[in-house]
Amino acid sequence: MTRQEWPLYEVFIRSRSGLSHRHAGSVHAADDEMALNNARDTYTRRSEGVSIWVVRSDRIVASDPAETSAFFDPAEDKIYRHPTFYDIPDEVENL
Amino acid sequence: MYTQGLDQAGKSGPDTREAETATQLDAFQARIDAEEKIEAKDWMPEAYRRTLIRQISQHAHSEIIGMQPEGNWLTRAPTMKRKAILLAKVQDEAGHGLYLYSAAETLGVSRDEMVGELLSGKAKYSSIFNYPTLTWADIGAIGWLVDGAAIMNQIPLCRCSYGPYSRAMVRVCKEESFHQRQGYELMLTLCRGTEEQKAMAQDALNRFWWPALMMFGPNDAASSHSAQSMAWKIKRFSNDELRQKFIDVTVPQAEFLGLSVPDEALWFNEDTGHYEHSDIDWQEFFDVISGNGPCNRQRLAKRRKAQDDGAWVREAARAYADKKAAAEAAA
Repeated sequence: MTRQEWPLYEVFIRSRSGLSHRHAGSVHAADDEMALNNARDTYTRRSEGVSIWVVRSDRIVASDPAETSAFFDPAEDKIYRHPTFYDIPDEVENL
Repeated sequence: MYTQGLDQAGKSGPDTREAETATQLDAFQARIDAEEKIEAKDWMPEAYRRTLIRQISQHAHSEIIGMQPEGNWLTRAPTMKRKAILLAKVQDEAGHGLYLYSAAETLGVSRDEMVGELLSGKAKYSSIFNYPTLTWADIGAIGWLVDGAAIMNQIPLCRCSYGPYSRAMVRVCKEESFHQRQGYELMLTLCRGTEEQKAMAQDALNRFWWPALMMFGPNDAASSHSAQSMAWKIKRFSNDELRQKFIDVTVPQAEFLGLSVPDEALWFNEDTGHYEHSDIDWQEFFDVISGNGPCNRQRLAKRRKAQDDGAWVREAARAYADKKAAAEAAA
């Protein structure tokens, strides 16, 4: 345990074309290529994917959960961004 | 595959709760009560984090050690088909261990730390893997009973309050059904075979029945951390509830095989709709958990050897990665 462990990679898998990549979990690997192979062996043993992304976990920039309300606040009072904000008479169709 | 009510082995550790106010704790419990999932970087009580690290890493260790009893039969599987199936199952166990280590790492513990605790003997793993696999029928019994018990334990964990753990469990449970079905089918094949084959199946059931029941952990009255885990919705059902559920579904499966469950006192109580069974030998359970089962030393020695034997591979891979990175930086 003297050696530093291999870096952590986050794994994203596209299960079939037409869908976006989705976070599946993480793997350790010495380099990018090994990360792809490890991700394939760990997360797609039953053909769960047609495409894999791996990215070093320490390269991900994330919002701070402690700041969630402040961060997402600006969207909360803008109810006019939703279609239900607008009253349209029932007689008007296809709107 | 296999979690167990091992939480009585927990230790409290240093008190790092300096900043936990009643307000924070109440807000946290309110989220749990509202069935909100807790995610990796969210605020959580230190005790919740520690409980999860302990449980998820024990679970991961169990998957990794669990490869050994089955791996024991890989080279001796009776047919090519059975060998391929067993190999796929053992690979799944490795995969499950990896999903779980990765879930535990989101709580701020490193993979090396967890592996180190397993190898030093400090961390526990499920007691079931300290029993030997003496015959081919044991492979069937493990799939049917051990994975069956694991499924009972794991289905509720898919709804566990900690997001990364619950997602890992969803993935595990999807794969677990194959494990149990291949085990039952293996038993069925033996039971429809020769007298000797059926006797081998019966013998495997005899040896694995009680250890499988022990997988659910101590009786509720003796399970010290259960109440807190239930309040945090890490755990959804008590050890005894899950054990009863397992017995109720498994006894009829044994009857279909034409095998008898090794419990003279077992009977079906029509009033409750449940089977009543004899008391479990908890002394055996605590002996195995504390390191004195039939195979404890062998399992850890083998794991340590694998870790040591792989050291040069890990070093070589890192050296290669460093060299490649240096070459790219120079280019």
